[in-house]
Amino acid sequence: MSNPQRNTKVMNRFDLTQRLVTKLKDEAVIGGIGNTNFDLWAAGHRPENFYMLGSMGLAFPIALGVALAQPQRRVFALEGDGSLLMQLGCLATIATLAPKNLTMVVMDNGIYQITGSQPTPAAGHTDLIAVAVASGIANSSWAADEDDFERLIAQSMTATVPTLIGVRIDDKPGTGTTRRDPVQIRERFMHGMGVRQPL
Amino acid sequence: MAATEQATTWHGIVQQTLKRNEIRLVPYVPDKVLTPLIKSLHADAYFSTFPTAREEEAVGIVSGAWMAGMRGAVLMQTSGFATLANVLASLAVPYQIPLIMVVSERGTLGEFNYGQALVCRTMRPVLESLALEHHTITRLDELEFIADRSIKQAITTQAPVALILNPLLTGGKVFDK
Repeated sequence: MSNPQRNTKVMNRFDLTQRLVTKLKDEAVIGGIGNTNFDLWAAGHRPENFYMLGSMGLAFPIALGVALAQPQRRVFALEGDGSLLMQLGCLATIATLAPKNLTMVVMDNGIYQITGSQPTPAAGHTDLIAVAVASGIANSSWAADEDDFERLIAQSMTATVPTLIGVRIDDKPGTGTTRRDPVQIRERFMHGMGVRQPL
Repeated sequence: MAATEQATTWHGIVQQTLKRNEIRLVPYVPDKVLTPLIKSLHADAYFSTFPTAREEEAVGIVSGAWMAGMRGAVLMQTSGFATLANVLASLAVPYQIPLIMVVSERGTLGEFNYGQALVCRTMRPVLESLALEHHTITRLDELEFIADRSIKQAITTQAPVALILNPLLTGGKVFDK
């Protein structure tokens, strides 16, 4: 456990996000603050995507709410390691409620890339997947490489418990920039979720 | 809960008003004063109610649920509200989410903990700085009208609302040892 990520390849956030989005049909995706949702945006906007322009740490809780409201729909949440550190308690809530339609991905580069690449307090010491397992999310694992990531994503689609996938990523910034229009993001997402029709 | 209790207690009225407005999802960070409400929500299969580790986590959950077609409300105490400025300003308000907050008011009318008294004084200035609708409910005979109308207004205007349950309504928390 001293160096838990040693067998995991350092991958790229945008590449992994593209690999995920390519496989999607009507699944919801919640993109956490900053680079995580910038890369989700850059992978190609879809109305089932929700982009967080603030509220750091809430990608998993927002995704949990979507998953509870629509148990028939698969919900993905993409979150950064620094963001998850702000809201570790949500792992216990998710473990307790155990929605089987929730797949969480934590993008771990050990830094706050967007604020100047300062290391997080967890960098090199805290294994976020071990934290998730200890929180009760048993179906949590590091992706060894891109193929393993795709395999874990595919497995999660038919899982009977929530899934959390850790990916070790490089220090590259986000590829695009989400259009910062919160009302339109929310409205389009509600259309994507089928709860509203456009005017 | 007996029908008479639902109509004559503050917690019974809150429970029925939430139900009438199809608010099923009720995450909370607990408060002593809210205990009877939390108990009756847990006992009522209509509601999906559960504790969260932080109030902002609960706000995230009900925001996601709202966008996916399920209505929710968050229960908390005053000090919990004090942790919400960032999520109000960066999620609920700019994304126009009808966040319904039920806040048990501590810090006034017999508070025994100075920290609670101080944190209570930050609540209304934060609400007012974001021009958020909020009502302090002191009377049982006004509770249903204020809660029901405020919930409906939040949903139709897509704006958050805080329902502050004052000790005059709930009895509050008193120094016992």
